[in-house]
Amino acid sequence: MDFPDELKYTEEHEWVLVEENIATIGITDFAQDQLGDVVFVELPDVGVEVEEGKPFGVVESVKAVSDIYAPLTGEVVEVNEELPDTPEMVNTSPYEDAWMIKIKLSDPKEVDDLMDAAAYEEFIED
Amino acid sequence: MKKTPLNQVHRDLGARMVPFGGWDMPVQYSGVIDEHLATRNRVGLFDVSHMGEVEVVGSGALDYIQQLTVNDASKLVDGQVQYSAICYPNGGTVDDVTLYRFSAERYLFCVNAANTDKDFAWMQQQLQESGVPNVELRNLSNEFCQIALQGPRADEVLQGLTSVDLSSVAFYHFTEGGVAGLPAIISRTGYTGSGGFEIYAAADAAVPLWTALMKEGEEAGIAPCGLGARDTLRLEMKYALYGHELSEDISPLEAGLGWITKLDKGDFVGREALQGKKDAGLPRRLAGLKMTESGIPREGYPVYRNGEEVGIVTSGTMSPCLKVGIALALLPPEFCAIGTDLQVGIRKRQVACQTVKTPFVNI
Repeated sequence: MDFPDELKYTEEHEWVLVEENIATIGITDFAQDQLGDVVFVELPDVGVEVEEGKPFGVVESVKAVSDIYAPLTGEVVEVNEELPDTPEMVNTSPYEDAWMIKIKLSDPKEVDDLMDAAAYEEFIED
Repeated sequence: MKKTPLNQVHRDLGARMVPFGGWDMPVQYSGVIDEHLATRNRVGLFDVSHMGEVEVVGSGALDYIQQLTVNDASKLVDGQVQYSAICYPNGGTVDDVTLYRFSAERYLFCVNAANTDKDFAWMQQQLQESGVPNVELRNLSNEFCQIALQGPRADEVLQGLTSVDLSSVAFYHFTEGGVAGLPAIISRTGYTGSGGFEIYAAADAAVPLWTALMKEGEEAGIAPCGLGARDTLRLEMKYALYGHELSEDISPLEAGLGWITKLDKGDFVGREALQGKKDAGLPRRLAGLKMTESGIPREGYPVYRNGEEVGIVTSGTMSPCLKVGIALALLPPEFCAIGTDLQVGIRKRQVACQTVKTPFVNI
């Protein structure tokens, strides 16, 4: 399983790439492995405000429905429009093709609460 | 948590294990879609040892079974299997079962895993109440393993391991014979719709039997399959699953099992109530729904007709063969006609679907 060093992670198994005040968000390799075949992804529209710790979307495997939680607070500025039509990318490319949303951060200090790759790896081993 | 004799084998194969009806069972190995398609196109191997087996022996066996079950067991001949159900006096369902006739004085019920203890207690109670003499009930669930070999290439795989001429075993018939040198019951039945066999053997034969089938099936592309694929396969066929399409509150008639409910065979537990329901007109029936907009229907989601809630989804999934959301739902009969436009409540939206002909897939 792969956890790139340049990303930050949450206990709900989202990853975040922070570039200046824009955060790109998706779900981790561990999350996609636990879910199994992803067959449906529901994402918010551009302009929606997402709040740290609150669900912003849904990912469904054949068997189950799971919420995706916002790791940070901000306004959605871009959505991966291809993902709802090709949800299997969550399994095949969780960190690249299957990015979900980009948000403009309201409070960049929230980033400090996220885990780095080493801490996340330790977290999922417990 | 109960374990089947194959528990370690599943773990060694990298299965994801989940609790199911009190059992620690594999939900998937390579992935639900992969396993589903392997069964539809080639052959899949399922550990279904969690299923319960209850033997009925004695000269009163048939009289007793006729009282207990809704189907007409007098139609069975030796070596034949019958799909049936057991009802409460109010017509609610105790369980759906398969019934095997070995001889006029020896039958075997295969029952749902989670219901085994409840069923056996109910069978014992009904035996007392019916007063039928010369019947003995034995719960043999711990003594049996059960492995399902399902799919279009099941025959060629199993034929490589048995001297029984499988072409002589018709659908819903069985025979006793050796498989990989192990004594077994070979039954041409299943819960996938793709043909194949359910093989019953002694619990301690499970590992060698599984291993032999996996090896023999290698060339045919055999895949070990978990409960995830078992569920999507049965759903595409509209096969009922107890606790979803059948329950204490859902009679076989409502679940679309009128074809096994023989109201004119003579008296049986629940007959009067079922006849009454039928005469009064069933308030709801099981229908197949196919999504016409993007979305996956799930158990418990409401079904709407022009904004008004009219029914409920009993099982739903993304169909691996059709690649759209499908569901079974209990609906008032006026909305069950094929081609009826309905909506499923998925989170905050009402998503369009249509009632369709079932099975959902043509095999």
